[in-house]
Amino acid sequence: MSVQARSWLDPKVWRKRIAKGARDRDTVIYAVLLIAAVALPEVAYFATGSTFLVSQWADAGVWVLLAIGLNVVVGFAGLLDLGYAAFFAIGAYTYALLASTQLGASPLHHSVHLPFWLLLFVGMFMAAAFGAILGFPTLRLRGDYLAIVTLGFGEIVPDVFRNLDQWTGGINAIGNIDQPTLPVWLNGPWADLPLEFVNPFKFGFDPVPYYVLILLLVVGSVILVHNLQKSRLGRAWMAIREDEVAAAAMGINTVSTKLLAFAIGASFSGFAGVFLGAKLSLVGPDNFLFIVSITVLVMVVLGGMGNIQGVIVGALVVYYINFNLLTNLPNNAVAAANALGLTWLVERHGDWSGIGDETQRLNFLLFGLILVLMMLLRPQGLLPSRVREQELKHSTDITLEVK
Amino acid sequence: MSDNILRVSGVTKRFGGLVAVDNITFDVPAGEVFALIGPNGAGKTTLFNCITGIYKPTLGTVTFRDKNLTGSPPHLTAKAGIARTFQNIRLFEYMTALDNVMVGEHVRMKAKIWDAVLKTPFARREEAMVTEKAMELLRFVGIERHAEKFARNLAYGQQRRLEIARALATEPKLLLLDEPAAGFTPQEKVELMGLVRKIIELGITVFLIEHDMKVVMQISQRIAVLDHGEKIAEGSPTEVRNNPRVIEAYLGKSA
Repeated sequence: MSVQARSWLDPKVWRKRIAKGARDRDTVIYAVLLIAAVALPEVAYFATGSTFLVSQWADAGVWVLLAIGLNVVVGFAGLLDLGYAAFFAIGAYTYALLASTQLGASPLHHSVHLPFWLLLFVGMFMAAAFGAILGFPTLRLRGDYLAIVTLGFGEIVPDVFRNLDQWTGGINAIGNIDQPTLPVWLNGPWADLPLEFVNPFKFGFDPVPYYVLILLLVVGSVILVHNLQKSRLGRAWMAIREDEVAAAAMGINTVSTKLLAFAIGASFSGFAGVFLGAKLSLVGPDNFLFIVSITVLVMVVLGGMGNIQGVIVGALVVYYINFNLLTNLPNNAVAAANALGLTWLVERHGDWSGIGDETQRLNFLLFGLILVLMMLLRPQGLLPSRVREQELKHSTDITLEVK
Repeated sequence: MSDNILRVSGVTKRFGGLVAVDNITFDVPAGEVFALIGPNGAGKTTLFNCITGIYKPTLGTVTFRDKNLTGSPPHLTAKAGIARTFQNIRLFEYMTALDNVMVGEHVRMKAKIWDAVLKTPFARREEAMVTEKAMELLRFVGIERHAEKFARNLAYGQQRRLEIARALATEPKLLLLDEPAAGFTPQEKVELMGLVRKIIELGITVFLIEHDMKVVMQISQRIAVLDHGEKIAEGSPTEVRNNPRVIEAYLGKSA
């Protein structure tokens, strides 16, 4: 005990640890990501004077959380899940129903307002439970068949929420969802003081508390998933991904191990769903379309399947392309045309609907092109795991041999 | 408990109209090397698959240490104490040699999911213990220098050894080796026989399929011969060698 206590205080030990960490790629990337995550909101606030970017980054955090969860299923256990948005929806609807006036209008005639902090875990368990329920009959299927079943599940769940309009409001969505509340002692000593430079730390219109919350959720999730990957269970997942028959012959119960991957992967999207419900204060079936599942899958594959940092970076890059670069492209195109004096491009005449509208129409095409380009340039992902790197190396070796 | 660790009685496996294994009965005595030989396609590997639960026998029973294991799934036969290697090596190619062996230890580990998620002191201790044991096993088969290499980057002979180490990691009482000497040089075959003897010294019964008669005759105490799914002979190496049906199966009928 005393040795441990001393090593915590000894600067030499820390210097050694830091030196060791600086040589390790994983540690460096985690450190850079964390520093950026903490520092960027301040930079953005002082640079732009608004918290709009912070709000956007909080949304990006939701996608990071989703990508981390899907990575457990796809990257670790090698199960292709095309209906991941369903679990996201289950988390979000859990929160929306149990923390709003919605159930008052339902056949229950009694609205429920449970606290956010409790529902965070309820949502997680609901998503995990549905992961297990879906997994139980389907995990005997392999590869493509599993993908098709999950695809169906991903379509069914939002449809159920859409059509159960007595309970969920259907396409009208559930609005006016409760905001999380913090106990007074956590709001900080400045909570009731009229300070100009520090806002009270309250969940409301200010996106900063949400940003802090999602950051904590992401950091916590990364630690948990990291522990899992380096554990008995993580090895069992890898073994199943590599060779299911051999894994079973070594004593791994393949069905229950895959089921755990499904449930654990789903639980992270439960977190993300509850958070989304609280931040948007509005949950509708259109938030969970097929495109959501695919976008998360793209984040995982593009970032580097099986590698946690890679997946985080992938999520951030795809989020940026999808929700910032491409969304602002029409406006930027108009501005650029105007600045260059090409006003005839901006105006609509004949079949030409103006450069803004035209780029708007090309959005998906451009997104596709960017993805194809990125996959061509870095097929192993932005930050691949050691495994993916080797796999691709060997597959190119083989093509060279054939030539 | 009887002296026979494994009893195969009346095991038949049909694939549609094809009878791959036909009414096979034999006992494997504990603490010895038992060999199963026979020409290609005789049904040896199918029989292995029936014993380890990869196939469910159509008829017959498999009894292991007085416990009926017929048709129990592979992970339970592994838990009961039967480990195996594969004819066409089935390692976890993109895992390190060390991790491959540690997967073998999975079945004897006790860390639960919350131990894994929260990295409890128990999980840390077990992880350290298991890593140490895996290294020991790699040393035992003589490839500890390659612990950090991916399994697929090992040389062929090292892969075969790694498969044995991985199987031993499940702490078996019975080890099934499916053609362990296939593709080996004479020197490697000698080393393999040494390794098998070391395994027997650990108190593990070895049951192997092998084509190389020199290896089989030298290391096994008892041999069963399969041909076209049927058992045509069983006995000591000398008995089997002089059995006319065995000679016929291998060399054909003399005119």
